[in-house]
Amino acid sequence: MSIEKTPSRVTEKMIDARSAPSDSIGTIAWLRTNLFAGPINTLFTLFACYLIYLLIVPSLQWALIDANWSGTTRADCTGEGACWVFISARLDQFIYGFYPEELTWRVDIVFAIFAALVAWLAIPNMPVKGLVAIATLAVFPFIAFFLLHGGSFGLEVVGTHEWGGLMLTLVLAVVGIVAALPMGILLAMGRRSDMPIVKSICVVFIEFWRGVPLITVLFMASVMLPLFVPGEVNLDKLVRALIGITLFQSAYMAEVVRGGLQAIPNGQTEAGVALGLGYWRNMGLIVLPQALKLMIPGIVNTFIALFKDTSLVLIIGLFDLLAIVQAGLADPKWLGYSIEGYAFVALIFWVFCFSMSRYSQYLERLLHTGHKKR
Amino acid sequence: MTTTTASRDNTTDNERPMIELKGLNKWYGDFHVLRDINLSVRKGERIVICGPSGSGKSTMIRCINHLEEHQEGDIVVNGMPLTQDIKQIEAIRRNVGMVFQHFNLFPHLTVLENCCLAPIWVQKRPRKEAEAEAMQYLERVRIADQAHKFPGQLSGGQQQRVAIARSLCLSPEVMLFDEPTSALDPEMIKEVLDVMVELANEGMTMLCVTHEMGFAKTVADRVIFMDQGQIIEENAPEPFFNNPQSERTQLFLSQILGH
Ligand SMILES: Nc1ncnc2c1ncn2[C@@H]1O[C@H](COP(=O)(O)OP(=O)(O)OP(=O)(O)O)[C@@H](O)[C@H]1O
Ligand SMILES: [Mg+2]
Repeated sequence: MSIEKTPSRVTEKMIDARSAPSDSIGTIAWLRTNLFAGPINTLFTLFACYLIYLLIVPSLQWALIDANWSGTTRADCTGEGACWVFISARLDQFIYGFYPEELTWRVDIVFAIFAALVAWLAIPNMPVKGLVAIATLAVFPFIAFFLLHGGSFGLEVVGTHEWGGLMLTLVLAVVGIVAALPMGILLAMGRRSDMPIVKSICVVFIEFWRGVPLITVLFMASVMLPLFVPGEVNLDKLVRALIGITLFQSAYMAEVVRGGLQAIPNGQTEAGVALGLGYWRNMGLIVLPQALKLMIPGIVNTFIALFKDTSLVLIIGLFDLLAIVQAGLADPKWLGYSIEGYAFVALIFWVFCFSMSRYSQYLERLLHTGHKKR
Repeated sequence: MTTTTASRDNTTDNERPMIELKGLNKWYGDFHVLRDINLSVRKGERIVICGPSGSGKSTMIRCINHLEEHQEGDIVVNGMPLTQDIKQIEAIRRNVGMVFQHFNLFPHLTVLENCCLAPIWVQKRPRKEAEAEAMQYLERVRIADQAHKFPGQLSGGQQQRVAIARSLCLSPEVMLFDEPTSALDPEMIKEVLDVMVELANEGMTMLCVTHEMGFAKTVADRVIFMDQGQIIEENAPEPFFNNPQSERTQLFLSQILGH
């Protein structure tokens, strides 16, 4: 059989685009390829559905359908489902701790201002963001302190031993986050510095704080710190916990930031330096903006860990959200409702942490466009 | 234009060399990269530096704006001696523009912001004024229409032209080029070389490390050949290419011009 010389050819009729065969797109096709691709696949799908059914239905039954929602005492609970009365009856305490009831409006105002500021900064394309950011960092802490603590402008003093619940958790987390990030950035820059003394100090600091458990840090802050500080300076227990948490988390933050700084090519710094920019401008204008973008997942990861770690303060006698719910569970009037209590705490923590996680993903996508090739 | 607090000697512009390297020696650890380099560059002179890979070309020009530190010898730029003093180093850097092989544009800033960064933050000029002047330089490198794009959206040749404009925005007295075209595809090399030729014709003092021998022949006042950290041969382009004296220069030229 001889191979013919390939004949030349010219196509004159252009083919119109047709839609894809109906069995390759749409829900049915998706189900077939992903869930029922073969006998084993189908078996697994059915088994998984059964497991989900076993798990979800009783949970929903317990948490929603059979649950008791209204009332004031345990007598209002039938005992078939969850007794959310326990939560609603004690909600004020869970949110405000032992803050005097008639003064909780001060906490509400702080919550409201904070929520407004965060929303302003988080929503893209809001005007005067720079100004709002400065206000959030430089003015808001003072307003919050004066409102929460009182003691000036005729406001009654509410000592930090009366703070507690969600409010205390948020104070610990927000102060920790806001203080740990800049400290972490400075530590990371110090660790990469050419100056041997600065570098060694930063390395020792980071490695020390990363090497001890947070519980130890908190114990040291509450028991040992007063031994070192001169007698007349009586540091508040909350302040000591805050210092401990901040130092601890800034060491973790420093390593996240260092990873980001290392990812920026040397040529960027060289170009900045060649243009006559000094060290700080080079960092602030060229290296950090690029590095922070890369570090978003790591930074938010540290924030989330910090948020959850705040619950450890219960071991030094501060009543954060978890501790105050636990205290409520020990109340003889409400014995036996620990599942409701822990579920409530878990839900609150989850809502905050999940929001942070989602926002970071959104931020990453937002910052990626434009800089990358298409 | 340049406001420097740095010390200068009193000779006038014309007799004083723009760049002077005297007895320059540099080591990386134990490795002697630059060996007794002496070079004097007059104002407006265009110098092309060539030589095999690893011969120390980049290291030499990077010493001039102190991206690399030298251990022995003196460097004087526009009358200002390069010392350890960071103020003096920054004053020199404002007088010296540098273009890199890999452009090193700032990817998080637009083309215009790349150009305005140093004028605004180093020279403290008002943003409006800096932007207007940056647009003029972008016009000159024929890329003004891309001013609001990000570097990642431009071709290599366009990026390198932006990098040149960015350096020019500080009105430097000297421009250093470190293989500005060797990361580019052939069809983009010409657009960058054209800009460099124009710059040379306007009287800019230039030191170019490049293997573009066509550029050296048409533009350079002097060609310098380096090998193993030394200046082996230095001559006007015509005798340099037609009648190289050193055997190593002959070998190098036959290698890069041969094929
Ligand atoms: N940071 C460094 N540490 C140690 N050695 C280095 C360093 N930078 C460069 N070198 C060495 O110094 C020598 C000169 O390097 P340089 O980059 O100046 O060469 P070059 O002439 O520019 O070469 P090329 O044409 O490849 O760019 C090379 O042998 C190189 O390996
Ligand atoms: Mg080189």
